[in-house]
Amino acid sequence: MSFSRRNFLFLSGGIAAAAGVTACGSDAGMDSSSDSGASGGAGGNVALSQWYHEYGEEGVEAAVKSYAADYKDATVTVKWNPGNYDTLIPTTLLTNDVPDVFEYGNGPTLDMIQQGQVVDLTDTLGDAVSKFNPSVMKRLTFQDKVWSIPQTVDMQLLYYRKSMLDKAAVEPPKTMTGLVEAAKAAKAAGMGGFFAGNDGGVGVLANMLIWSSGLEQLNAERTQAGFLEPEFYAAISAYRDFFNSGALVQSASAEWYDAAAFINGEAGLQWGGLWSLTQVREALGDDFGVLPFPKIGDSGREAVPFGAFSSCVTAKGKNVDAAKQFVKWLWVDQTDKQVDFSNSYGTHIPAQPDLVPRASKLSEGAGKDAATFVRNSGFASDIMWTGPLGDAFNAAVINVVKRNADPQKEFAAVGTKAKAELKRVSG
Amino acid sequence: MSQLPASAQGASWWRTLRGFQGRNLWFAAFVAPFVLGLLVFVYIPIAWSAYLSFFDARNTINPTRFVGLQNYRYLLTDPLFQNSLLVFIAFAGFIVPLTYVCSLGLALLLNGLTWGQAFFRSAFFIPTACSYVIAAMIWRLSFFNGARFSLANQLVRGAGGDNVNWLGGTNYWYWLVLVSLRLWLQVGFYMILLIAGLNRIPTDTYEAAALDGATGWRTLRYITLPQLRASTVAVLMLLLIGAFQAFDEFYNLLGSISGYPPYARPPLVHLYLISLGGQQQDLGLGGAGTMIVTALIVFFGLTQNWLVTRADRRAG
Repeated sequence: MSFSRRNFLFLSGGIAAAAGVTACGSDAGMDSSSDSGASGGAGGNVALSQWYHEYGEEGVEAAVKSYAADYKDATVTVKWNPGNYDTLIPTTLLTNDVPDVFEYGNGPTLDMIQQGQVVDLTDTLGDAVSKFNPSVMKRLTFQDKVWSIPQTVDMQLLYYRKSMLDKAAVEPPKTMTGLVEAAKAAKAAGMGGFFAGNDGGVGVLANMLIWSSGLEQLNAERTQAGFLEPEFYAAISAYRDFFNSGALVQSASAEWYDAAAFINGEAGLQWGGLWSLTQVREALGDDFGVLPFPKIGDSGREAVPFGAFSSCVTAKGKNVDAAKQFVKWLWVDQTDKQVDFSNSYGTHIPAQPDLVPRASKLSEGAGKDAATFVRNSGFASDIMWTGPLGDAFNAAVINVVKRNADPQKEFAAVGTKAKAELKRVSG
Repeated sequence: MSQLPASAQGASWWRTLRGFQGRNLWFAAFVAPFVLGLLVFVYIPIAWSAYLSFFDARNTINPTRFVGLQNYRYLLTDPLFQNSLLVFIAFAGFIVPLTYVCSLGLALLLNGLTWGQAFFRSAFFIPTACSYVIAAMIWRLSFFNGARFSLANQLVRGAGGDNVNWLGGTNYWYWLVLVSLRLWLQVGFYMILLIAGLNRIPTDTYEAAALDGATGWRTLRYITLPQLRASTVAVLMLLLIGAFQAFDEFYNLLGSISGYPPYARPPLVHLYLISLGGQQQDLGLGGAGTMIVTALIVFFGLTQNWLVTRADRRAG
């Protein structure tokens, strides 16, 4: 349920978590197996604990426990954590009873790094850093240090009905103008237009308006907002026109992270998650395609947001070195396990691009396209794009799109806020 | 007076402490667990939040960086927080009298019933037992959904109108949804409190008034309301605190996976979002915010109390 997961996607780090939500219905028997179970058997004398959030897909828990059991240099105990994991971790890190290794959306937060709650993994990773998707590694690096190792990558993308666009003789949209045109064609075909959530898409697409118009959330020094440019004002005005055009579906029977609205024809185009790919393919066969969010304006670029649950090592753990070795073993060396983790339970992208061809769901068609999008056009919220800053930004987007506020004035206030906020959290 | 032996003196001291038949001991035995609970779970956390509010306390409860009033300054210059406080002062000014009038109206109606009183009392009280979250889901997903299948939109279309996007934020209809939900959830509870108050008014007062020719409106104005003042003061105070502490139904009606819209945003929702909402845990900001909201509640609570009891003071 979206409502119970209060802190989703604030930093767009919850993308993977949203994948979990969509599959919630399938794992009714989760309670019985949620206790921590000792998985290591023949391990060495060192004991390590590893925490995961509750993945929605069936079989993930057994899989991660078997991975841990295969490790010979330590006895690794896996703890599976149903419930609000995003809050559980920061709270647990305040105590002395911390896991040695834990996963977190897009790596540890700025606060965890500043408080010294997690350790630097730069040396652990070493040269292997080049094996990973550079967009992802850029996000996991802060002040030239790598703070976590990515486990798997989730992303969002645009789904469209091929037959519908063919019939209307409209090209799959590569620009914002094209998207509006395609949405109008879908509406004319009786399908509803473009759908990106029951809030009119302002929540999930807010950051896309920055990236797609060729800008960044923050400037390179992370001292102020990086998007207060005419291109962005033009982009948000274009989105407002789209919102008011009637071709943007504002209410559907399900949310954007569920493929239902697209599958049952409430929308001819929908913003959704890669996690829905299998479901869409089962329902529509080959009659669909995927695209990144189209570029906006002349200096724009295509963009997709990604989220990567990544392994962090806690500083308070009793065997920090052993923990480092374990995460390196699992998420760098054990490529079979990584492919299994990404490909066998739902659709995710292995964090090492070389492994993508080994993931059967990404070997052709839409899956292959999606993997390419992340590599070439993947974006994630900056580590210093804090909760309050993201909230102020989203509020301004809503005020402009839904309440006709003046973009320059609204975002000037966000700019002021950004300066103060960045100063506050860096000091 | 001969001096008592030391032991006897000690015994008398002990006897005083125990009280007659050990009453003081029993008092302590019954009260101590609650006082302890209050202390550990209420007063210490309040004091600790006040302490944290002067520190940069991100991801820590033992902060070391003292920042003085910076957290307070940050919040008081935050346009969203300012807006939220203003909107909810206005909201309190609207919802407190409205809920009170509805509850009192129901209480008076039920009190006048000669049959079926218990049934209607239960019927109106039952929503109090309903979870705010579940009620908000029903309001949001089936009554006031923006799509054409919602109950409200079917009615609107039946009356010849167009589908309304009730919670979408492009209009102000979300207030109707919020207020109707809040009334449905709360009116029954305050109705019960007021019925209890009404039952305590002696019937002979009404009889005396009736002999003097007072009926209807005059009875209400000069007998019922003054006699009900104690209940009224309590109900209004609870309502006022409740208005400033609004969270659940707002969050569940308007919140989404990507946050909460800038409109109809209760102060506590805003504080939750910026201090604990994403992956952050900013206890300094959260502490400062709760201090500000508490100060507001105290100020408006005292003001309201002063206004409501003014008549008494005049009479006195």
